[in-house]
Amino acid sequence: MSWNPLAVARRLRQIGLLGLNRRNADYVLRHNPRRFYPRVDDKLITKRLALAAGIPVPELYAVVREEHEIRELHERLAPYEKFVVKPAHGSGGDGILVIHGRRGQRYRKASGLLLSREDFEHHLSNALSGLFSLGGHPDHLLVEYCVEFDDLFERVSYRGVPDIRIIVFLGYPVMAMIRLPTRLSDGKANLHQGAIGVGIDIPTGVTRRGVWGTEPVREHPDTEHSIVGLRIPHWDTLLDIAARCYELTGLGYVGVDLVLDRHKGPLMLELNARPGLSIQIANGAGLLHRLQAIEALPDPARPPAERIAFAREHFHTR
Amino acid sequence: MLRNLHLVLLAALLTLLGGGAIAYKASVLGLPLLPDEQAEVWTVQARVHFQPRRQANSVRLRIPRRTPGFTIIDERFIAPGYAMLAEEDEGGRSVRWTIRRASGPQYLYFRATVVRGGSPDLQEGRPVLAERPALEEPFATAAAALLEEVRQGSADIASFARELVRRFNEPAPSQEVALLTQLAPEPLDRARLLTGLLAMRSIPARVIQGLPLAPGPPRPLRALLQVHNEQRWVTVDPETAAEGWPEDFLLWTVGAAPPFAVENHPRATLELSVERNLADALLLAEQRLEAANRELFEFSLFALPLETQQVYRVLLMIPVGAFIMLLMRNVVGVSTFGTFMPILIAIAFRDTGLLAGIVMFTVLIAAGLLARFYMERLKLLLVPRLTSVLIVVVILMAAFSVLSHRLGIEVGLSVALFPMVIMAMTIERMSIAWEERGPGHAIRQGAGSLAIAAVAYLLMTWTPLVHFVFVFPEALLIVLAAAMLIGRYSGYRLTELLRFRALARPAEGGPG
Repeated sequence: MSWNPLAVARRLRQIGLLGLNRRNADYVLRHNPRRFYPRVDDKLITKRLALAAGIPVPELYAVVREEHEIRELHERLAPYEKFVVKPAHGSGGDGILVIHGRRGQRYRKASGLLLSREDFEHHLSNALSGLFSLGGHPDHLLVEYCVEFDDLFERVSYRGVPDIRIIVFLGYPVMAMIRLPTRLSDGKANLHQGAIGVGIDIPTGVTRRGVWGTEPVREHPDTEHSIVGLRIPHWDTLLDIAARCYELTGLGYVGVDLVLDRHKGPLMLELNARPGLSIQIANGAGLLHRLQAIEALPDPARPPAERIAFAREHFHTR
Repeated sequence: MLRNLHLVLLAALLTLLGGGAIAYKASVLGLPLLPDEQAEVWTVQARVHFQPRRQANSVRLRIPRRTPGFTIIDERFIAPGYAMLAEEDEGGRSVRWTIRRASGPQYLYFRATVVRGGSPDLQEGRPVLAERPALEEPFATAAAALLEEVRQGSADIASFARELVRRFNEPAPSQEVALLTQLAPEPLDRARLLTGLLAMRSIPARVIQGLPLAPGPPRPLRALLQVHNEQRWVTVDPETAAEGWPEDFLLWTVGAAPPFAVENHPRATLELSVERNLADALLLAEQRLEAANRELFEFSLFALPLETQQVYRVLLMIPVGAFIMLLMRNVVGVSTFGTFMPILIAIAFRDTGLLAGIVMFTVLIAAGLLARFYMERLKLLLVPRLTSVLIVVVILMAAFSVLSHRLGIEVGLSVALFPMVIMAMTIERMSIAWEERGPGHAIRQGAGSLAIAAVAYLLMTWTPLVHFVFVFPEALLIVLAAAMLIGRYSGYRLTELLRFRALARPAEGGPG
């Protein structure tokens, strides 16, 4: 296939693909006041705000701020079989450690690998000194409830927890996808680590098309089950949580990461002030037309329910 | 939109400022745009020759002070055994040499080095009427008749003067002119007579003397006429009646006084000679700036000590490198380790050379990565681990230098110029990327950094550009404007076209 950059650029502009420069210049810089960034960059603050607003989040088991607290952690976590350790300022899923159980003194990771106490402590210590945080600043860690995913996803994910990413602009959910972990992604739900992105039709909550790396896929590469045509449960609630994250953060352009827990239903995991652009590949559509449709509204400030109604009316993914 | 307008205006202003300063410096101050440019330089020599007497001798030589269109960048007086005294008066400068006793033929020299610079015209000096000549008959009648005739054939002061000059230069002069010419056979006397005649009509006029800067045999000073038309001095050539400042004319002195005098030596001679040479334009421009615009010179990079100038030759190129970096990241979309790491690597390449630099960089990073992977097993804390990597990098660099020295590869010694802290950070980041995102991603990012470093290096050491930015640091304002404009560039990056090309297939993406 001959590759003509000008033709590609024209075509991409036609479908309204949002590029990195444009996302930063026209959406992130313009609609996300920097003073609100800590609300999403520090997962602890996000969690507090969400609890105050009545948005469901995974239960917080412990916070680690100092090196010496790591050793005490083993005891504090004794009551819990499964849990997740996250750096508060981690980005893109880096540094997240998912523990699915114990064997003697050792911890078992989601991938099934066993982790000695020393390895566990080393990982936490690295995270604490800022290895995974933006800019390498010393960080603190959250230990929280490990989501047990909904049966629906059993057949279409490899080990980890599939999560749902919804881009919210001025409180309107504009585009959504579900990220399915694969063997390649080591159970992590990040596209750049090898997870599959599947576009979701906003009005119905049904998955439409998937992308793995840069290739379109219809089946999960590890389980071979179809990943299109799945109806996401609790779709109304998911949209509602996503839309309310606008009031929560004050950020106009934000990516909301949600999970479906078998027992607790939809939970909000984290927010991202600079959400990635791959969601467009997963949806086979550009974000720009949808964003501009909202910008063109004479009265974009509406209550969440009306915003969702607008989104469900307009933002189809075929 | 308003914000963009603001930005565009600001960028335009910066570009205008930078461009204007460059244009001014290039055209008015004559700073060369390209390195190794040659410029004309004249050496002007005045030689006074006389036979001394057995008593005190005194020589007075007029020398240039104001030189419109030219700048004297150097001058020298050669008069062994003479006492020297510089004097200033209305007409300019002069130098007085005195000696109590001298024997044999005497040669005294004044030598000046002259380059182009400044606008050529002389407007200094208040208009004063020249002394009216005390004419006897029949000269007085002839002069009156001539002036009356000229008056009828002219419109204003300048044309009056020109008409008068023209009549003196006709091949078949009128009787009046022929008569008056007897009074002033020499060109200098003629010019003085003309000022006198103009004074009779209450027109302020003066004689100026200068040297035509053309190579050739020694020549006398040339006298020109300047008349004041109530607004400005108008220059008229007393031989051709041409108006305006002549080309390549080095003003020597204002006034009709003879350019030199040796007391009691009517037969002393003055010989003026001109020699034209080519010299390095930048060097001349510096000297001219220093001679003509002292303040400007002192606040320019040329006033710095030479070693510091060398440092700035490098430093001023960093913004250019950073700009390349900006283009590669935001327009092309190459990903790199650290924002400015490639530029620091590019600076290190200056000393190692490109190929050797890339080889050494790759070897160092690879060896460092191996050490880092081994350390991963030791489970060190972040800061101690970074320190360890840094120490390993330094040891590797030293080993590299010693080894390459043994092998006789001298370029290996310059490895010491790599920014080692940056190298250590790069190794750390690369190993993290290696584990988190896979080797492909890490190597791609490393190669991207290296590619940008190579491009930046090539540009940052391109002689014409280095010269241009150093001589015209204002160019950085233009770079700044461009960087700010790209700061609002919201189009696709080149790599995004590749990344999203699947979406561009007609069958795949319908309008969202």
